[in-house]
Amino acid sequence: MPETFLDSTELILNMGPQHPSTHGVLRVILKLDGEKVTGTDCVIGYLHRGVEKIGENRTYVMFAPYVDRMDYVAAVSNGLGYCLAIEKLLGVEAPPRAQAVRVILTELNRIASHLFWLGTHALDIGATTPVMYCLREREEVLKIFEAYCGARLTTHAFRIGGLQYETYDGFEQQCLAFCDAFPARVDDYEALLTGNRIWIDRLKGVGILNADDCKAYGVTGPMLRAAGVKWDIRKALPYSGYEKYDFEIPVGYNGDTYDRYIVRMQEMRQSARIVRQAVQSLPEGPIMAKVPKVIKPAPGEVYVSIEAPKGELGYYVVSDGTINPYRLRVRPPSFVNLQSLDKMAKGALIADVVAIIGTIDIVLGEVDR
Amino acid sequence: MRKFLRTIFLIDLFEGLRVTLRYQHPKNIYTEQYPAERPQVAERYRGAPRLNKNPDTNETLCISCDLCAIACPEALIVVTSIRNPETRRKELTEFTYDTSRCMFCGLCEDACPVDALELTQDFEFAQYSRDGLIWDRQMLEDGPRPTPYKA
Repeated sequence: MPETFLDSTELILNMGPQHPSTHGVLRVILKLDGEKVTGTDCVIGYLHRGVEKIGENRTYVMFAPYVDRMDYVAAVSNGLGYCLAIEKLLGVEAPPRAQAVRVILTELNRIASHLFWLGTHALDIGATTPVMYCLREREEVLKIFEAYCGARLTTHAFRIGGLQYETYDGFEQQCLAFCDAFPARVDDYEALLTGNRIWIDRLKGVGILNADDCKAYGVTGPMLRAAGVKWDIRKALPYSGYEKYDFEIPVGYNGDTYDRYIVRMQEMRQSARIVRQAVQSLPEGPIMAKVPKVIKPAPGEVYVSIEAPKGELGYYVVSDGTINPYRLRVRPPSFVNLQSLDKMAKGALIADVVAIIGTIDIVLGEVDR
Repeated sequence: MRKFLRTIFLIDLFEGLRVTLRYQHPKNIYTEQYPAERPQVAERYRGAPRLNKNPDTNETLCISCDLCAIACPEALIVVTSIRNPETRRKELTEFTYDTSRCMFCGLCEDACPVDALELTQDFEFAQYSRDGLIWDRQMLEDGPRPTPYKA
């Protein structure tokens, strides 16, 4: 069968940057043959703020609030990665209590991020109910953040060397109450979506990315795990005391959109498990390591990566011995994962492109930085 | 066969519908009717800045050490002071805080050695112009005066 019939030319169609399903300001140029997508081109940069350059002009402490503004859905994870990178550069380690609190908040943030993803992804595909329930549970998580550090979204919860804030009264109870109620809520979402015939029809076999392609593109996070690769930095290169907690890495088989959905649902359950273990074994002690007042690391470079909700989030920091970083490079998971859009969308329909963009779980603040 | 019957009788759709119906009771309403219903923000909430005064003497607590201005990543705090020739101490004359550029990270209140600068639970300080968002010392000490919401 020929590629085109009767010399028909391909149709170029703009999707975005204001399309509601592009999750921000992503512009996708679709090359269409009828309704079939023959190629895509992503135009990014609408939200570019020059975060890496800002980092070069700020001291190490001052830059910490800015990292929250990259992946604003999972600000706590960004802050953790940055703090770990600078701590490695300084050669200090956060005290055990600080590490445990960090794990609790990061895992709660993973749940919040996945919930937001699930709600908006379902909304893109046409299921308008789950977003109401997802945001309700996310609100519970945000209330914990607000009570802990005073902000809901761009939290600035962690400081280099530990924590600024001690946990508040009732922190443990609130986290445990959330962990108790949460699995039943995930069951609700699964009742709404997992078996739903429309959901299955829209997701099964759409946007397949197998393990080899994932590795070739550098795709990480739930997308990689949905293709069957058991790779999670929390297990592979444990940081912040993750080796102490018992959890599983959920993996998929087909690497399609449905598997990614299943993997993320399982991850939420696992995160709730980690939160429960961390709260129950929360050690007493100091929350701040000995860090000099003016942070001036010795010349050197360091790369630290953590498992953010969307994949591997890496910070590469070069110090020249002054109070500002010489170079600060961020490896954002969404930016790398977005590359695979073209591969997944080729041969799909326009309606599937919406599902595929949703399944990558991009946050444009992080893609553009 | 079982799968076939589930398909025929739309079991999967009814299971989802059951979840929806279960949350129909009014006690499951979660939405906050914001302007009519005031949210209770957390104690540590980082909202509008305030420059604290000593409640007994009504003098400012600020010692014009300039640490908040140094700590601020956006450099939006300007502290001006004059040195009192008798006591040899710096006395605060003007304190400017540009809330339009503030990202409420809390680094300034962490830096303050005397708890003079504080981010309070106030979260409503919308203004009609950008100039109104640059707070002077009086505004910081007395708090913002938002336009009240009329229902």
